[in-house]
Amino acid sequence: MTYPLPQIILNELDYSYPNGTVALRNINLNIYRGELVGIMGMNGAGKTTLIRTLNGLIRPSKGTVNIEAENIEPKSIGELSKIVGLIFQNPQHQIFSNTVEEEIEFSLKSLNLNKEKVRNKAVEVLKTFNLAKYQDRSPLNLSGGESKKLAIASIVCRDPKILVFDEPTLGQDAKEISFFTNLLKEEREKGKTILIVTHNIEFAMEYIPRTILMAKGRIIADGVTKKVLSNQYLVEKSSLVLPQTRQFALRLRGIGIECPDDIFSKVEMKDFLANYLKTKLTEA
Amino acid sequence: MSLITYNNFHFRYKKNKEYQLNNINLKIDKNKFILLCGETGSGKTTLIRSMNGLIPQFYPGYYKGNVIVNDKDTSETPIAELARDVGIVFQNPENQLISMDVENEIAFGMENLGFPKEKMREKLINITKTMEIEHLLDKAPFELSGGEEQRVAIASVLVLEPKILILDEPLSSLDPYMAEKIIFLLKKIQIETNTTIIISEHRMDLILPVVDEIILMSNGSVLEHDTKEKIINGKTFQDLNLNKPIIYSIFFQLKKENLFKEKIPASISEAITYLQKISNYQVK
Repeated sequence: MTYPLPQIILNELDYSYPNGTVALRNINLNIYRGELVGIMGMNGAGKTTLIRTLNGLIRPSKGTVNIEAENIEPKSIGELSKIVGLIFQNPQHQIFSNTVEEEIEFSLKSLNLNKEKVRNKAVEVLKTFNLAKYQDRSPLNLSGGESKKLAIASIVCRDPKILVFDEPTLGQDAKEISFFTNLLKEEREKGKTILIVTHNIEFAMEYIPRTILMAKGRIIADGVTKKVLSNQYLVEKSSLVLPQTRQFALRLRGIGIECPDDIFSKVEMKDFLANYLKTKLTEA
Repeated sequence: MSLITYNNFHFRYKKNKEYQLNNINLKIDKNKFILLCGETGSGKTTLIRSMNGLIPQFYPGYYKGNVIVNDKDTSETPIAELARDVGIVFQNPENQLISMDVENEIAFGMENLGFPKEKMREKLINITKTMEIEHLLDKAPFELSGGEEQRVAIASVLVLEPKILILDEPLSSLDPYMAEKIIFLLKKIQIETNTTIIISEHRMDLILPVVDEIILMSNGSVLEHDTKEKIINGKTFQDLNLNKPIIYSIFFQLKKENLFKEKIPASISEAITYLQKISNYQVK
């Protein structure tokens, strides 16, 4: 019987910035094709550095990065960016064209398509991302949420096998977050592997099955999101706070309402309280 | 008298066809913690820019009506003078960090406003302590992580002791622990110094517990401005597509199922107080 090899293998990675700051310490990590993995931890824990090693933006001081069974060391950023699409936290760091449409066209040009195909595909992408109405606008004239969407569109349209998002829900309203979760669903159905760096605990609890916690350049936990994020010790270690439902559950116990340990989502919490209130009402 | 008064204020950017602010009428009082709430593109950032004269003085465009801040018309008063009353921390802190190092960054505004040297030293020490950035004083702004940048930007505005402190999504790049800490710090500052704090923020779970009033915006208009309690129990809030707090969603649903008849709680603590009342009632 053969087992599938992980698509991404990080092996004993160390990295220090030129000024001496140690950003990664002995990182070992396997990620399989099609996984959706969250990377969480305090500011400065090494999350952004870690994802930058995946497309060669940062070359580790020690250790290896293997993607699709190949050591990426000899590959250029250009080659790697066709496999690994990295969407930065600040969209302004990756947007530089004069109009929204040109930004998408520029991104598509790297796929070696002819002019007409680039145009047609750009129209399609702008439509899918609800950006068509802004196509002639300068990207600098978009709201924070819209420019984030443009940054995502310009990477996703190139169809890389691995998508890496740095704080994708940052500054996004409810409509944009639900657009993003739909996008995640569609990309996963296509077999994409997705990594998400996020501080958004509630988002992670609801949508991300596996979470890696980082602190001081190390991975301190790697497991099922609900378990990892409900562990008070780990949460404190990585400068997070417990998810709202878990905080609420603890406070409920404090006033003698025995809320079980396996309540994670708001629906589960609502059902629990509904039952509690029903019994109270009948008792009264 | 109100600190900020909007009289039928309209604004559109020169390059855009539609108005980004439509007939705004608002009165903002002293010593309030106000949440500015709305989908992206609803005009929150544009509204903020019109609170210190950047609109209409700096951003080219067309306007009607007026905005009066602390008795001064923002279209006629020099921005530097308005800056004594209104401090703004923008969405991308790196755009407002301009000095060689953090110490100078924080001192810059005080120098401009002519603070005496000894007072500057004292205030610099105090603010760096509260914001936990003492260790960053020698660093250049580009060496800072997102969360550090954000704290430095807040410190450099806060140190000027403005009457109105406005923050455009200040928590977005902070880890949850730091975000919670900064919220409580801002609340403390509001209470101790009678400052009015206006925050635009999508992460309502974190912010709602400390808020006094909410301004709801949609399509460039102010839909409602009222106390938190009234707004979150109203239909407009309910209908808007916002990242509503988990506690809100749970109790909104319980109310719909007729199991809960009180006002919807804005925080876990409020919810606990209510539930405690019910359980005590039963014991009697």
